[in-house]
Amino acid sequence: MVQGPAAVAAPGRGRGRAVTALLLTPTSLWYLLLLLVPLAILIVFSFGERSPVGGYHPGLTLENYLRLPTRQAAFVNTLVLAVASTALCALLGYPLAYYLATRAGSRRTLLLILIALPFLTSFLIRTYAWFTILGANGIPAILGALGVSPRPVLLNTHFAILIGIVYNYLPLMVFPLYVSLERLDKRLLEASKDLGAGRWATFRQVTLPLSAPGLISGALLVFIPMMGEYIIPNMLGGGKVFFVGNALVDLFLQSRNWPFGSAAAIGLIMVVLITVSIYLFLTSRGRVQREVSQL
Amino acid sequence: MAGQSQERTGQTDVEFRSVTKRFGAVVAVDDVDLRIRAGSFYSLLGPSGCGKTTSLRMIAGFEDPTAGEIFIGGEPVLGVPPYRRQVNTVFQHYALFPHMDVGRNVGYGLRQRRVPREEQERRVQEALDLVRLSAYGRRRVWELSGGQQQRVALARALINHPTVLLLDEPLGALDLKLRKEMQLELKALQHQVGITFVYVTHDQEEAITMSDRIAVMRDGRIQQEGTPTELYDEPANRFVASFLGQSNFFEGELLEDGELAGVRTARGLILWGRRPGSREPLAAGSRATVAIRPERISLAGDPPADAAVDRETATLPGRVLQGTYLGDQSEYQIETDALGPLMVRSINSEGLPAAHFGAGAAVRVAWRARSSLVLGI
Ligand SMILES: Nc1ncnc2c1ncn2[C@@H]1O[C@H](COP(=O)(O)OP(=O)(O)OP(=O)(O)O)[C@@H](O)[C@H]1O
Ligand SMILES: [Mg+2]
Repeated sequence: MVQGPAAVAAPGRGRGRAVTALLLTPTSLWYLLLLLVPLAILIVFSFGERSPVGGYHPGLTLENYLRLPTRQAAFVNTLVLAVASTALCALLGYPLAYYLATRAGSRRTLLLILIALPFLTSFLIRTYAWFTILGANGIPAILGALGVSPRPVLLNTHFAILIGIVYNYLPLMVFPLYVSLERLDKRLLEASKDLGAGRWATFRQVTLPLSAPGLISGALLVFIPMMGEYIIPNMLGGGKVFFVGNALVDLFLQSRNWPFGSAAAIGLIMVVLITVSIYLFLTSRGRVQREVSQL
Repeated sequence: MAGQSQERTGQTDVEFRSVTKRFGAVVAVDDVDLRIRAGSFYSLLGPSGCGKTTSLRMIAGFEDPTAGEIFIGGEPVLGVPPYRRQVNTVFQHYALFPHMDVGRNVGYGLRQRRVPREEQERRVQEALDLVRLSAYGRRRVWELSGGQQQRVALARALINHPTVLLLDEPLGALDLKLRKEMQLELKALQHQVGITFVYVTHDQEEAITMSDRIAVMRDGRIQQEGTPTELYDEPANRFVASFLGQSNFFEGELLEDGELAGVRTARGLILWGRRPGSREPLAAGSRATVAIRPERISLAGDPPADAAVDRETATLPGRVLQGTYLGDQSEYQIETDALGPLMVRSINSEGLPAAHFGAGAAVRVAWRARSSLVLGI
């Protein structure tokens, strides 16, 4: 499905390479300075010791990694919520993207703009709005006025975090899905029906597999940043639901234990890498198998 | 399978009764009546936008007629969804599933019917053998050439043994040589499987070489329906005469209608011509056109002094404007005082005298009145 990039035109290959290198230099430098160097520092720190006044003291110990299980709850919370909200985003985003790509007609542009509109305000303000809506003076107050008692508590729950996360991340799922569904050749759907497949069979055998690239990139776009999410659990979870992101802030800024913080950060990166690799492995292998299985 | 087709011959597989299809203000198909015999190779022929694809899509079930009724195998099919119709389609750009290999594409229809796996494998292989792609089951579809993709689409559509196979310009994307090959292959295949083929094309030559019957369409209406010979020799109107093959047309005023009709042309010459069997009646005094096929006109090197025209023959003096030697034949543009320019095609067969005339040569142009037709405008 994911095909290699089109071959680069052959003539003037030497000069072509030079141009390519030139164009890639700024990006490469950027990544080198802002990603690889900090990553290296993080790795070095994670094997060091906490100096008595906080911060980093050079050393070579596995101590920090051995202490990671004490933060197990944060890791589990993060992973569970990230997986759940990725799934929820996919479930909510797919019908929306499908509608936009196939049925929306002339309303399509307007709807796409509406979906992108909240992003004109800052992430912080949007989340703060939910803080108010879910807070004691928001929905619970309205429900109370309608006679619901006891008034439900919405803020500072898993539910509040899920709302905030899905609200903020849904468009990241919708847009890649929309693109892949929009590109899907509608004649393939007709061919499927022509050959005897009903609506659902056609969806399962044609639409879904052909929109898989969009679904996969959407899921990654949602899942990866969500693993490092800090503001939403902090504001809507009230610190009650502890995330790795919060743990990191805590370790670096409150207890100033940089080596342990670094180890936790490396741990997070490893968890994300492993989860994403498993996911990509399963999705690609699944497709190959389905194609080959019956013949 | 051949036996089965024998039994079904004589039955009607597809029937349109006063079918109209509108898209908003556009009338894509306009009050069409059609009867397609079982086991025949039937073509819908016409220029772009005349409603061929729309007709096909109504048979397949992708569009519903605005008015009128469609029958497949004698049963009305209004409201029957595409996946319940005994009809399969070869789409114009094949519409092969890119995420499946060739074998999976071909077997798609069988999987929908939950055919047992061993039978699936056997029938997929049979279908691939039929289109001469036996070893290609595991290939990815985008690795195939245009002609091979075309054959995969055919195998995929034939595997469910449909009553009717619909083909929408299936050869349109192929180059000329391959198209010629595939024409013969398709025709042979149709004989072999005995399934009714409804074939859409805008290529008159393709329709003539392959079809048992042709319906010529224009602006959503059927202009004429018949065998290729009927359409070529007895076109019902000027549109059909110009769409199938080439013709010289001379417009004028109809003197009298009948089996043989006379027309006073623009320069005053009266031409006689046969009226086609399926003629639309014309009133004396109305506008009409005389159509003469370029190959029905003979050329000779002895120009007469004057034009002589009667109910038997027409003989005119003329001058060659341009002669194009095409090997097996020559094509000439001739200027005549009596009628204006006309096109003549002559076969360069051995028996004829060294027949090629150069530009400027004075010639005798002649044809039999019965070789020309008088048609409505
Ligand atoms: N879905 C549609 N909506 C609106 N108009 C349509 C639709 N489908 C077809 N038409 C119109 O109906 C007419 C007939 O179209 P159709 O596709 O049947 O032509 P065609 O004979 O197949 O032409 P071509 O040889 O170019 O494929 C055209 O004027 C076309 O614009
Ligand atoms: Mg068409």
